[in-house]
Amino acid sequence: MAATIHCDIVSAEKEIFSGRITMMSATGTIGELGILPGHAPLLTGIKPGPVRLTMEDGEEEVFFASGGYLEVQPGVVTILADTAARAEDLDEAAAIEAQESAERAIQDQAADFDFSLAASQLANAMAQQRTLEELKKRRGR
Amino acid sequence: MAVGMEIKKKIGSVENTQKITSAMQMVAASRMRRTQDRMREGRPYAEKIRQVIGHLANANPEYRHTFMKTRDVKRIGYIVVSTDRGLCGGLNINLFRTLVKDMAEWHARNVEVDLGLIGNKAAGFFRSVGGNIVAALTNVGEAPVVADLIGGVKVMFDAYEEGKIDRLFIVSNEFVNTMTQKPVIRQLLPLDPEQDESYHHRWDYIYEPEAQQLIEGLVIRFVESQVYQAVIENGACEQAAKMIAMKSATENAEKLIDELSLIYNNARQAAITQEIAEIVGGAAAV
Repeated sequence: MAATIHCDIVSAEKEIFSGRITMMSATGTIGELGILPGHAPLLTGIKPGPVRLTMEDGEEEVFFASGGYLEVQPGVVTILADTAARAEDLDEAAAIEAQESAERAIQDQAADFDFSLAASQLANAMAQQRTLEELKKRRGR
Repeated sequence: MAVGMEIKKKIGSVENTQKITSAMQMVAASRMRRTQDRMREGRPYAEKIRQVIGHLANANPEYRHTFMKTRDVKRIGYIVVSTDRGLCGGLNINLFRTLVKDMAEWHARNVEVDLGLIGNKAAGFFRSVGGNIVAALTNVGEAPVVADLIGGVKVMFDAYEEGKIDRLFIVSNEFVNTMTQKPVIRQLLPLDPEQDESYHHRWDYIYEPEAQQLIEGLVIRFVESQVYQAVIENGACEQAAKMIAMKSATENAEKLIDELSLIYNNARQAAITQEIAEIVGGAAAV
């Protein structure tokens, strides 16, 4: 049997996932990360995007995390997400809508416009869509 | 019958009070369920981030952040989480008693104390007792958002970063079960290393991108989440304590009504007996 590592994904609202996995991949602040059992202790920020877990039985699950922190300890990976969801729960229409409104906000900048806020909203919406596309591809296979 | 009027009135007013307390008991019971759910949902995050912070405090980073250094204690800060409303038994008083005792210990060591208060009751208490209040946050409501709490927390956080206070504690009620709430004082800053034998060898994380930035962000989030969780948990404690307090108030009212009815019946009986005695006495005289 393949080596496994315990994985916890929690968001401020609730616990999203807890169980043993054989591999995780996520988007770190400086690039894609792949975590396998036996990884060195690591502490990093994560960007909005899909988090892919490979279960013990080879099954893959996709989650969405909108930023947060990732910690690797011997035997345990923890994702402290700002908000996280199972990818199936994401609403594609809402994600596209959010992206469009964020883009609009960036284009016509009003006086009291908060660029960093809009930019982070845009990044978030785009990441949600990326996650959904990935999920679709996987289903299509 | 004039004799029992006052007692009758009294019984009526006690009955009215009982109606109110039993209604409040039911309201508290239904709110308790909601606040408990909220507390349970928030717990995993608060626990996990505490673990991560515990690991971090045990690590030997090349960069020691202010949050990890223990300084000589000259001034400390408390974030006190209390309820906004009363009628919840000894919940707040027990908390304040624990806190005042702890404060007295620090005072004995010539340490100044700053207070950051959340909830009306703490604000009221420390206004009358006295104490150096640096921040007060009232009317948080039942479902607070992290953003609402940040203001009060930030004052304390900045004070720590600037070196005005050397330790930061959070004081709140821990929800054990519906019957029991326990006041606890926990240290937030500097980070308290998790006591675990397996972490005693020298090790450090790989940090991506940079240790300082990362630790700072994580610690801010840690403090925020701990305060948020404390407020949520205190909310659940409040409703549970309120339910119990109102339940015993309703029972006391019941007992009072029983006693008063007994007195009323006695008085009525005495009046009747006396009247009969008078009639009999009158008839005998004729």
